[in-house]
Amino acid sequence: MSASPLLAVEGLTRRFQGLVAVDSVDLAVREGTVHGLIGPNGAGKTTLFNMVSGVLAPSAGTVRLDGRALDGLAPYRRTALGLARTFQNIRIFSEMTVLENVMTGLHTRLSARLGILLRSPGFRAEERGAKARARDLLAFVGLSEAADLRAGALPYGDQRRLEIARALACEPRLLLLDEPAAGMNPAETHALLALLRRLRDERGLTLLLVEHDMPLVMSLCDRLTVLNFGRRIADGTPAEVRAHPAVIEAYLGAGTAQAGTAQGHPDAHPQGAVS
Amino acid sequence: MWQTLDDFYWTYQSLIHGIGVNGILALSIYVVLAVGQLSLGQAAFMGVGAYTGALLTVKFGTPFAVSMAAAAAVPALIALVVGGPTLRLTGVYLAIATIGLGEITRIVFLNWDYAGGALGLSGIPEKGGVLAIYGTLAVVLIALILVARSRIGRAMEAMREDEAAAGVMGVNLPRYRMTALVVSSGLAGIAGCLSAHVSSFIGPNEYGFETAVTILSYALLGGIGSPVAPVLGAAILTLLPEVLRPLADFRLMVNGLIIVVAVLFMPRGILPWRIARTG
Repeated sequence: MSASPLLAVEGLTRRFQGLVAVDSVDLAVREGTVHGLIGPNGAGKTTLFNMVSGVLAPSAGTVRLDGRALDGLAPYRRTALGLARTFQNIRIFSEMTVLENVMTGLHTRLSARLGILLRSPGFRAEERGAKARARDLLAFVGLSEAADLRAGALPYGDQRRLEIARALACEPRLLLLDEPAAGMNPAETHALLALLRRLRDERGLTLLLVEHDMPLVMSLCDRLTVLNFGRRIADGTPAEVRAHPAVIEAYLGAGTAQAGTAQGHPDAHPQGAVS
Repeated sequence: MWQTLDDFYWTYQSLIHGIGVNGILALSIYVVLAVGQLSLGQAAFMGVGAYTGALLTVKFGTPFAVSMAAAAAVPALIALVVGGPTLRLTGVYLAIATIGLGEITRIVFLNWDYAGGALGLSGIPEKGGVLAIYGTLAVVLIALILVARSRIGRAMEAMREDEAAAGVMGVNLPRYRMTALVVSSGLAGIAGCLSAHVSSFIGPNEYGFETAVTILSYALLGGIGSPVAPVLGAAILTLLPEVLRPLADFRLMVNGLIIVVAVLFMPRGILPWRIARTG
């Protein structure tokens, strides 16, 4: 077990007028793991993602990436520090080609300025390199054939894979995936699961994902954090979380919790604070 | 042959100048629209450039190149100062703020006695002409095409499509917005200076709201898929009233009708072709 987590979220809170969407949530994601963030609709998962990626400013709390506080940093600065994300509702650049989408993800890794106007050898080499890199990533997610198509013309599942390839182009250390399997058919979900496993096992990438597809979450994630009404109600391995009374109650409703624990796993010791 | 060309040039001189100047103005609004912003301040920046260049030439006798450089620099500087607070606004709100900026500029020129007040500035020596206008247009057009086909062009299109997603991809949004406004203001200033030095007269009311809308319509009609499109839009909108001259009284009506029909049936512009974004 490594000493300090790659992503450390402490006391993160977001209030929207009267509503507390995320209520002092703690979260630690260790390097090289897949960490799942689950919870019923409206639990605050996407709000938490938006605060981690810098799209939304928190009302309180801190986010640290590898020990460095990200407070107040704009999204582009976080990208340069090694954070990338995908969106719940796909947000690819649909007018651009598939290849150009991925190349846009390489933005912070490219530096040409004046060379652009002079078409200097340096610029051309960088651009060639970027193209090759983008093609590699498309091959990795299985979209090589589609490189020159308009991104908006891709089928749904391919658009999701393109969004992952584009995020990978940012060369992140931590990749945030917001419901990557949403709207996918079982075959597509299966392919996605394999892809995400390869990201962790072959590339050593750390993933934090929000997902509603429980079979996918349970078989993929090393660790889970459960939110309900903005609060963290459980944290632990998939087996621990599955047996946690508060989780069962959140998903199935009050009254079923006792029944669930009575039947289930009496020896599970979830760490999460039940508030 | 040479005689015919010469006659043609003298007859249509102002039209030929107009197409070139409006082409540069079209590129100035293109730069703003290309990052997904909407500005109605281009006419004001054009006015600032025209007055800067004309005042320098008339009152101080500076060489044309110096007047031109100042005519680009002054509006660009104003954009840099004004951009800080206004670029927090986006979309329609930015457009309204830039209309306000345009009005302020017009009123300043109207009441500035040194610059001729309501009477404007006359007797601006003719300098530059066709060569300077079309030379500038060509250089700017080529530069913008080269920029479009690079990481900067990709970032700009990404911003136009989905600003939040572009930010997450690592695009420094405030910086891109500011640079676009500054560059577009400089271009508008250059266009103003060129036009002042071929028309010999400038007045405060030439750079009002109506001109701002006309400049915007170049890009609406032409499209913004590539830098060539708005220039084509400007050429058509500048030529159209002349081509329709035989229609006499119906001229402006038909002119308006053609624009409405074009915008309705070609929402992506007359030239919807999209430039590739790789270098």
